[in-house]
Amino acid sequence: MPPHLLTLILFLPVAGMFVLLALPSSKQKFHFIWANIVSLSTLLLSMVLASQFSTAREGFQFVDRVSWIPSIGAQYLIGIDGISLLMVLLTTLITALAIFCSYRSITSRTKLYYAMLLLLETGVLGVFLSLDLFLFYLFWDLVLIPMYFIIGIYGGERRSYAAIKFFLYTLLGSVFMLLGFLALYFAYGSRTGDYTFDIEKLLTLNLSPGMEQWIFFALFLGFAVKIPMFPFHTWLPDAHTEAPTAGSVLLAGLLLKMGTYGFLRFSLPLLPKASTQPWIVHLMVTLSLIAIIYGALVCLTQRDWKRLIAYSSVSHLGFCTLGIFALNVHGLEGSVIQQVNHGITTGLLFLIVGFIYERRHTREISEFGGLARSMPLYATVFAIAVFASAGLPLLNGFIGEFTILSGAFGANRAWAVVGVIGLILGAAYLLWLYQRTMLGSVRHEENRNLRDLLWDERLVVAPLLVLIFFIGLYPTPLFNVLDRPVKQILGRIHTSVQPAALPQSLSIDGDQR
Amino acid sequence: MLALLPAIVLVLFGCVAIFLDVTGRKMERSGKQAMIFGLAGTALALLFVFRQNSFLGSLKLDHVVTCQGAVTIDGLGLLTNAITLGATAIFLLISYKFLVLHRENNAAFYALALFAETGMYFMATSSELVTLFLGIELTSICFYVMVGFTRADRRANEAAVKYLLLGAVSSGIFLYGFSLLYGIAGSTELNAIAQAVSHRAPHDPIVILAVVTICTGLLFKISGVPFHMWAPDAYDGAPTPVAGYLSVASKVAAFAVIMRLLVFTLEPVRFIWMPILIVVAVLSMSVGTIAALSQERLKRLFAYSAIAHAGYVLLGIIAGNRTGIQGVYLYLIVYALMTLGAFTVLVSLSRRGIAGEKLSDLRGLAATHPVHAAMFVILLLSLAGIPPTAGFLGKYYILLALIETGHYILAGIASAYVVVSLYFYFRLVREMYLRDAETTEPLATSFGTRLALGATSALTLLIGIFPEPVLRMGFQLAGVGR
Repeated sequence: MPPHLLTLILFLPVAGMFVLLALPSSKQKFHFIWANIVSLSTLLLSMVLASQFSTAREGFQFVDRVSWIPSIGAQYLIGIDGISLLMVLLTTLITALAIFCSYRSITSRTKLYYAMLLLLETGVLGVFLSLDLFLFYLFWDLVLIPMYFIIGIYGGERRSYAAIKFFLYTLLGSVFMLLGFLALYFAYGSRTGDYTFDIEKLLTLNLSPGMEQWIFFALFLGFAVKIPMFPFHTWLPDAHTEAPTAGSVLLAGLLLKMGTYGFLRFSLPLLPKASTQPWIVHLMVTLSLIAIIYGALVCLTQRDWKRLIAYSSVSHLGFCTLGIFALNVHGLEGSVIQQVNHGITTGLLFLIVGFIYERRHTREISEFGGLARSMPLYATVFAIAVFASAGLPLLNGFIGEFTILSGAFGANRAWAVVGVIGLILGAAYLLWLYQRTMLGSVRHEENRNLRDLLWDERLVVAPLLVLIFFIGLYPTPLFNVLDRPVKQILGRIHTSVQPAALPQSLSIDGDQR
Repeated sequence: MLALLPAIVLVLFGCVAIFLDVTGRKMERSGKQAMIFGLAGTALALLFVFRQNSFLGSLKLDHVVTCQGAVTIDGLGLLTNAITLGATAIFLLISYKFLVLHRENNAAFYALALFAETGMYFMATSSELVTLFLGIELTSICFYVMVGFTRADRRANEAAVKYLLLGAVSSGIFLYGFSLLYGIAGSTELNAIAQAVSHRAPHDPIVILAVVTICTGLLFKISGVPFHMWAPDAYDGAPTPVAGYLSVASKVAAFAVIMRLLVFTLEPVRFIWMPILIVVAVLSMSVGTIAALSQERLKRLFAYSAIAHAGYVLLGIIAGNRTGIQGVYLYLIVYALMTLGAFTVLVSLSRRGIAGEKLSDLRGLAATHPVHAAMFVILLLSLAGIPPTAGFLGKYYILLALIETGHYILAGIASAYVVVSLYFYFRLVREMYLRDAETTEPLATSFGTRLALGATSALTLLIGIFPEPVLRMGFQLAGVGR
């Protein structure tokens, strides 16, 4: 096992980027090949990491700690637990696939494109690995820069608008998040004289409920814009729709998870009293339920295929945040699993849209119909993606959604009822989309002779399909990995709160699966 | 003697440069020689500044007063001089090609730069009012001439006259304040004034008048709102390198004067100048950021951006604790680097057939000059305050200081403006990357401009990722609050 494995995984993409920048601009094939070598190596290393990961140990593993800016108490401090392990695996996989799928669609300025993708990978990995709040903030903002260029240069018609909107919106949220971090920094420093951003030290803080609530909202603004929670979601449809295929896959697959990860890693453990305040929990759940229902309803009205999938992300992430604020084992575990699932499934859906866009250069749903006749393999893959997204048993979506709803039901029955309505609406917009595009007669002549999936497209969707079935049929490894960190977070929440103050409906143990 | 050596060196080299002009040589040759002389003089002066630093260290003192109390060697002076001398060196490097292109490559230009730097040296190190005023005036006069140096350009003439008139008025008001302080203290030495002011009645009208008039003059020099009106016009009309130099060096020197006069000397009457600074800081950030949003001319955009940055530095002074002062020093270093780098790119834009002054002149730069564009992006990110650049560290420290001293609302306002400012900085990025090139004319670069751009953008990124050495230095300097 290589020493400093996490540092290696974290910086391999950006090191690869520097090598890439040294290559001549004209050799496009080299750019593609090199980017793939780098991303596949990172993927391989992350699988080595997973094999060495121990589900039995408490706390963070593979911790790397180097003194970085002692003057402000910031360290280079990274490590993983079960939650971040899954996120890292998701990141390396999705990035590798995003890089590979760009083969046909990006034909000019390829060097900058792949360089930005690699920089993005390091940024996202840094977010999931950082255990120091300052370092976390640095990577959080770093992610915005390559994403701006990916959307702005290689995107669709309104790419310039979408790119800057995405950047400004997210930056505004993250600036408030920084203020929240600073409040924690000062609180800890003024009590102990040790000014630090180290999360393990900050976990020993015991703040007043009022203070915690202020900080919770500061952090909330940053995370909520990223997820995105209603009503901070308006950047998402534009950014997802205008981004190139790989950009949408990365946005939906990874960047959105940064927000929910933030809640799990920071808001809940560091601010337990605020996280369990009944009115805050109710607010979070309400926003989640609105996102679920509203997202689904808006999907029903979409005419643009890609925009529909973009709004479906709002709906799905609503389930994830519902799971988090159910504040029990099933809720949290389901949320993380669903985050992984969403990355896989929605990533697959965006790839599918990308394939059809390559052929027909339109995303209008009304332009299609009866595609199953000319592209049967494509239709099959699309069907699997649709059913996974809708939550059909045997596929991965069901595992996540069922677990979340089980947790929600345990916390408050009404929440689960609304959630189920969201499931039905989800099936509605997905199946209707499928019907309009794939089934029926061929309404437009251009669709009659489209080519079915090409060899590189098949290669890209294969791992996702395998995972969809694997997680759907045998999710136990994921649950095993998540068990300890989730119980640790919940233990922290519930020991910081007086038993009498616990809302009636909260419970630590759901039914054992 | 050591205290005066850098100034003596600068003046000597400046005089030589002037004589080069007078001896009737061909302008091109004399210009080139003058630039090299100028660089040599600046380097020598910088060497002497470092000598002063080690001298101070060897005496284990934090300040030394010389020349009958007129000049002092202390941390603030050393830092400011290091920054302004570095800025002068970069300025000399980047103006050469520009002046050649505009056929104004006079040796006199470089001499003026050296004299201006002399003035800034005294601004930073004087501990006595008359020397201070001499330094300010010397700097200003040299700048008035440099701003109008491209005589054929009407805009430059207009800019120079505007700057001259407004500058003269503000200097007059400023001098009036000085005379009041002299009247109170009976001596022009800053120490004596500090003593005298602390012994006056709390709301003494003369002291208030003195403080207000001095603030007016100082805030004019850093283009703080509402004394900022000269800046957009002056920057826009001036030759681009001069605009950059004005924006960096004279601002940094002016901030040194603010530190010395307000924070060190007039500390007892903090309650008078604090509210003024707070209002000016908020207005500067607001006007600077919002006005820059709609600018189409690059130098005007950077003028407004400089106004906004001045507001941020003022916030550090308002916070006033050790972190705040450290933040001010850090911000000034970082600001000098990134603004000079940005202006270097602007200088290179001015090429054959293209004035290079509008936003649209940046179009397609990413395709034609990818390395230049990438470095400019790093500098723009730093100006906006996005990690992992040095600009973020500067803003972070100011934010830290504000929160430490309880100025939460100011911290919130400063943070909000970071987001707004990103929009206009990224308008430049959009022009470079998201638009196609409209001309095939290459950038007017020289070895000097490439060196300057490379050094500033590399340092910006490096300080952003490994800031510890700079932070430690700033911490030591900030501990010396006389």
